[in-house]
Parts: sequence; structure tokens; C-alpha cells
Amino acid sequence: MMVVIKNLVCRFGNITALDGLSLDIDKGEVLCIIGPSGSGKSTLLRCLNALEDFQEGEISIDGFKIDRRHKEIHRIRLEIGMVFQNFNLFPHLNVLENVNLAQRVVRRRSLAEATFISRKLLRKVDLEDKIDAFPGQLSGGQKQRVAIARALAMNPRIMLFDEVTSALDPEMTGEVLAVMKQLAHEGMTMLVVTHEIAFAREVANRVIFIDEGRIVEQGNPEQVLNNPHNQRTRDFLGKVL
Amino acid sequence: MNWIIEQLGILSKIFYFLIQVVHWTIIISILAYLIALVCGLVFGVARIANNRFIRWLAGAYINVLRGVPLLVLIFFFYFGLGKIINLDRLVAGVLAVGVCYGAYMAEIFRSGIEAIDYGQHEAAMSLGMTRWQTLRHIILPQSFRIVVPPAANEFIACLKDSSLVSIIGLRELTRAGREYANQYFLDFQTWLVVGLIYLILTLSLTRLVKVLEKKFAVHGYGVIKK
Ligand SMILES: Nc1ncnc2c1ncn2[C@@H]1O[C@H](COP(=O)(O)OP(=O)(O)OP(=O)(O)O)[C@@H](O)[C@H]1O
Ligand SMILES: [Mg+2]
Repeated sequence: MMVVIKNLVCRFGNITALDGLSLDIDKGEVLCIIGPSGSGKSTLLRCLNALEDFQEGEISIDGFKIDRRHKEIHRIRLEIGMVFQNFNLFPHLNVLENVNLAQRVVRRRSLAEATFISRKLLRKVDLEDKIDAFPGQLSGGQKQRVAIARALAMNPRIMLFDEVTSALDPEMTGEVLAVMKQLAHEGMTMLVVTHEIAFAREVANRVIFIDEGRIVEQGNPEQVLNNPHNQRTRDFLGKVL
Repeated sequence: MNWIIEQLGILSKIFYFLIQVVHWTIIISILAYLIALVCGLVFGVARIANNRFIRWLAGAYINVLRGVPLLVLIFFFYFGLGKIINLDRLVAGVLAVGVCYGAYMAEIFRSGIEAIDYGQHEAAMSLGMTRWQTLRHIILPQSFRIVVPPAANEFIACLKDSSLVSIIGLRELTRAGREYANQYFLDFQTWLVVGLIYLILTLSLTRLVKVLEKKFAVHGYGVIKK
């Protein structure tokens, strides 16, 4: 098991965002998480990356315990790539520098090495010609592909995607999903929160439906998306399909 | 007609007399401002530190120094501290103005840092950067662009307030003006020229700030272009 989540409870005041959620993820698995708004999907990813505190339970990734208060938590975070809904590119740096920066200051790569890796990744997401552009000059789809390249540059063991296409037009959604599909085929372990049911059906090994901070139903895409057992899953799919 | 020419002669004489000390006003302001920049950065960052004690210390510095009149600070540094640890006028004056403006700069830096979207912190942290690396490479460079106009305006204010150090005998523009006025009984003309020189300095600085604002504006981001 690569990721082990046991009885995770995460509260904000009197709101319980995650209510005793347990989940194991294998290396190379592509997991799609679906569920209504406010069900705790983002919170789950944020807990995995130690961006959020949780009150009960535990998370370990390749045997490392996730603890936000740990002094060396940044060393574990760099093993986990995260892509956000609103890109969060660094607006004062151009595309190349966005992808280079953490490689330089965190991975301590030389400029030449970092640039070599960045170019390779930017070619992969089909943005090599935008290397000198600033984020403000890119379309949403291009920004998101830069963000993916930036996360991949750290050689993460697992990639977390939080509704990365929700802020995009349909055609841009396609170009970002294509990149993610390629990643999945290359064997990357991925946790994908998405409303793109077609993507989940095609790419996921396993689909999880979350509601009110708990896993309501999980299984292969066929099973969860086409023949959901649970009424809540059916209601949800009825709305989004 | 003769009267006008005579007056112009007097004014230009005063001007030439004062222009010889104007560099002191500039030097005092620049030195004080450099101190203010360092204090502002240190305490501005300390204000949002994780450690509660450091946060409290920075808050205390800012509130105390903003709550005391600059003139009193100057007296305190020169007559108070200066007598104990032997500070000369220049050091005492510059320090007083510097730490006072440091408090204002700290607030400017703090708000500059807080103006940056929290998503930037999260993106940097998710790439494995420490808090310090995030601040140094992501937050501060973006804050600087936001901070340039208000921080530059503080320099203009600092330049004007540097006139207060004339009171401890530092011979800068205002002090020299007082000497001239007392010696020749030409108060009206002297203070007119003193004011004019300050005005020339501050107006040219205002122009410079505009240029800086343009220079630091980045495509689709940061300082609003008019
Ligand atoms: N920082 C926070 N402070 C207070 N409440 C929060 C915070 N973050 C999340 N919550 C609450 O926790 C619950 C779960 O939120 P979460 O963002 O994980 O939902 P989600 O499944 O990602 O929803 P969406 O599909 O809208 O993104 C919600 O009720 C939300 O209001
Ligand atoms: Mg969410």
C-alpha cells in the first residue's frame, strides 16, 4: 500500500468535513473521487498534502506519517504533487521559472539541470513555445498545464488533482485531461477529484463517491458509475450526467 | 521694477546659500530610510511569524514608535540615549527618524505580504518549500511590487520630517534656513526659499515614484496602471 488513510476526521468548528474516512491506495492506481459540493473532497486532498489539520485518524504515504506540525513536513510534501483548481502559478515568474524554482531551491538542482527537466516537461504538456511567457499571458488551459509540469518537476510519488478543469472552458478542459490521461498511462499514482464523469470512466482504476465526509460507495468505474448500488450515488450521478 | 529685481537677487542669494547644505537633507533622509527599510522588513515579517512572542514584539515596536511624536524620539535618541552611549547628532538623528519610519514601513510590508493570495503559500508549500523559502522566493517578490508606491511615498514623508533633526543642531536645509533668517532678518524670503527647495525635492520624487510604479508593473498583475 502506498497511501494508507485510517479513520480520518477533520472538523472546522462544528462542521465535520471528513467523518472517519478510511482509504488505501496502491502504487500506480488512478483514483477518481466524485461527490457533491461540500462533501469533503478538497479537504481529503488537503489533508494528504498536510495543508489542513485533522483531529483524528492517521495518514501515511510510503510509510511516512503526515503531520502538519512536524518540522520536516516540507520534505514529505515535495513527494506529493498537487494541482489546484485556480492554478496558483507564481505570477511574478515566467513559465520556465515557475517550473524551475522549486527544483532549484528544494531539490537543489543546478540551473542547467532544472532547465533541462523543465523543458522536457513543458514539451510533454505541449507548451515549449510559451517558456518565456508570464502566467498573465496564458489561457486557463495553458496555466493548468504549466501547473502540472511544475508539480511533476519535483518527481512526486503521487499526484493530487483538485477539480483542475472546473475553471476552464470545454476545449481547454480537453487539453488538460489529455495530459492527465497520458500521466495515468505512464503509471503515475493519481488522486483526482473531478466532475468529469467521462474521464473517470475512461481513466480511473477505481471511483470513489464521497458524501458528508464518508465514502459511500467505491469500486471500478463500471460498477460505481453505471450500476451504483447506493441511492445517494444514483441521485448524484443523475444530477451531473 | 527695481524692487522686483532686488527681491530676486535676495532670493537667489538665499537659494545659493541653502543649496550648499541640501545634500545633508538628502543624506539624512536616505540613511534614515535605509534603516526604516530594514526595520520595516524585519518587523513586518515578524508581525506574521508563527512564534507568538516574536509577533508580540513586532506589534509592540510598531505601536510604540507610531504612538510617540518623532520630535520626542529625536530628543530621546540625542539627549537621552545619546548622552549615555555617546551618539553624535547625525547618528542620533538618523536613528530616530529611521526607527520611527521603520514602524510605518513594517505596517506597509505586513499589508503587502497579507495582500498575496493564500493559494500562493499553498502552491509553494505543496512543492516542498519551507516557510522561509516561500516568503523569500514567492511572497516577498510579489509584495515588493505592491509595496513600492506606498513605500516610496514614505520616503517623501521621511524627507520632509528630516527637517525635525535641525532642532538638535544638524546643519541641514531647515537649520541653515534658520541661521540665514536670524542673521539677515529675512524671514519671509528665507522660509519661502526653504519651502521651495523641499517642494522641488518632493515633486521630483513623486515623478520618480511614477516611473518606479511603471517599471515594477508586470503583465496582467500587480500595480494598477492608469
Ligand atoms: N477552511 C475552512 N474553514 C471552515 N470550513 C471549511 C473550510 N474548508 C472547508 N470547510 C467546510 O468543510 C466542508 C467540506 O469542504 P470541501 O472543500 O472539502 O468540499 P468539496 O467536496 O471539495 O466541495 P466542492 O465540490 O464545492 O469543492 C464544507 O462544508 C466546507 O464548508
Ligand atoms: Mg473542493
